[in-house]
Amino acid sequence: MNTALLRVASAGPLVTLQDGGRIGHLRHGIPASGPMDRTAHATANVVLGNLAGATAVEVSRAGASFECVGASVTIAVVGGRFRTSVNRAAVGSNIVLTLVPGDRLAIAAGPSGSWTYLAIAGEIQAPRWLGHTATHSLSGLGGGHVTVGLDVKVAAARMDPILDGAVAVFAGNDLVDGATRVVLGPQDHRFTAEAVQRFVTTPFALTEAFDRMGVRLDGPRLDLDAALSIPSEPIVRGSVQVAGDGVATVLFADHQTTGGYPKIATVVGADLDAFCQLRPGDPVRFIPVTPTEAIATARTRAAAFEAFLDDDLLRTRQLARRLGEADLIGDLGTH
Amino acid sequence: MNQFAPVGDSAVLVELAFDFSEQANRNVVALDQAINRAIDEGSVVGLVETVPAYVSLLIVFDPLVTDHEDVCAAINQLDATGAVAVESCRHHVAVCYDLGVATDLEAVAAHSELSTAGVVETHLAGSYRVVMYGFAPGYAYLSGVPASINVPRKPQPVRGVPAGSVIIAGGQCLITTIDMPTGWSVIGRTHFRVLPDQPDEPFAFRPGDEVVFERITLDEYRAAP
Repeated sequence: MNTALLRVASAGPLVTLQDGGRIGHLRHGIPASGPMDRTAHATANVVLGNLAGATAVEVSRAGASFECVGASVTIAVVGGRFRTSVNRAAVGSNIVLTLVPGDRLAIAAGPSGSWTYLAIAGEIQAPRWLGHTATHSLSGLGGGHVTVGLDVKVAAARMDPILDGAVAVFAGNDLVDGATRVVLGPQDHRFTAEAVQRFVTTPFALTEAFDRMGVRLDGPRLDLDAALSIPSEPIVRGSVQVAGDGVATVLFADHQTTGGYPKIATVVGADLDAFCQLRPGDPVRFIPVTPTEAIATARTRAAAFEAFLDDDLLRTRQLARRLGEADLIGDLGTH
Repeated sequence: MNQFAPVGDSAVLVELAFDFSEQANRNVVALDQAINRAIDEGSVVGLVETVPAYVSLLIVFDPLVTDHEDVCAAINQLDATGAVAVESCRHHVAVCYDLGVATDLEAVAAHSELSTAGVVETHLAGSYRVVMYGFAPGYAYLSGVPASINVPRKPQPVRGVPAGSVIIAGGQCLITTIDMPTGWSVIGRTHFRVLPDQPDEPFAFRPGDEVVFERITLDEYRAAP
């Protein structure tokens, strides 16, 4: 078995190991964590032939760079539009490439996107907590933070250079002009009618207060109907919580699991990955949908993404294989 | 009488009461256990997890399998099946209340107009119940802090409060599991681990469990592992 090692040469804050997520422990105060952009994470793994929920490195806008010190290995960098380079030569974003020992891979923020995924053909070795490598960024529990000097160790590493090239991007996620669908509630009745009206008609913008727990929004003040404190209630990924100062926060992968601030709305799962890829200053507006419509968004998105993985990505992989075999036959023919 | 509210595309919040009471929370725990028995028996489909809180219960479902309406209907049917027995057990937690680790004990004493020894006696005399886990991994909220030592949260969270701290705010008490900022008052330290790092039993408490605090000296605390 080949073991590949990617030695971390540099890494900004919030570069972590993430598998598909630790679902099922909200009742113990533990959010699922896992990738901020689940679509990109799954795409990066599947294009290499890994399981969709395999461990990958989540790279924040702060960027990271690695030196290949073990066996040659094929990798994918997918999510947002980051600048990827090998030995200082730009190779574009959303890309599969093969590293040989001594290669230096650098991933830096590009024209858009807040998170990208470095998947590696093979099995990234990382500590598990409750069965998962997903990292809870606040505590570091799980696979952990990726920091300078660490070796990302990959067992059963595969070199598959016929896969090298651009990766198809799932188009079903895009937010048109920041339009984000939400189901109002569960505590929208705690706000004034004007506040709910403002929430669904006024543009907001993301602020710099943006991490794996959530992002604070810049926008109209959302007033409560009466000063009150509700007993802490469970929170989900996508909850739009409004603190006492009337400022809204959208909660993400490492959200706290309960809170006493009222939640005016919840972002639908189908729009959340794209929402997480926005950047501070980007505008958003919230489009209310009914619970029934929200269920339909989840089903439509799941079917479209499954078709994308089966058709676009697998076809790309199979095409690459066929071309590879054709080359091989061609080579043989010349001898 | 239960109020149902949709939460996004994959959850329903069941609100059992507006304000906290021991009885309201017992009803939450009973409903939680009834739903999880139904999941185990396979009599409800598409449920992913449930999250008991003070007076409410979140039910997370798979939107590819079921929807808000079917989940609410299934829960209402469970309610009609009658009272359920709530299982619980009692845990003993040894706490060192020495001022060297109980960094807010004097402030709590001043606020409560008691001696520090009086605060400790009062804390030991409380009757504690696990209400829910929340906020951060393994943060089990205990109800039952006697009213005479109820103190408000600090205006600003304090950093560097170590794991194993016994902290109080209002009528609530909890044992911290990670080093995190907190606005609660630190009145003791324990070796007890709510996250015991045992793969088959990773959480010490279940909602509904009772907790009894017992005093140990600083020497005993230091001698323990």
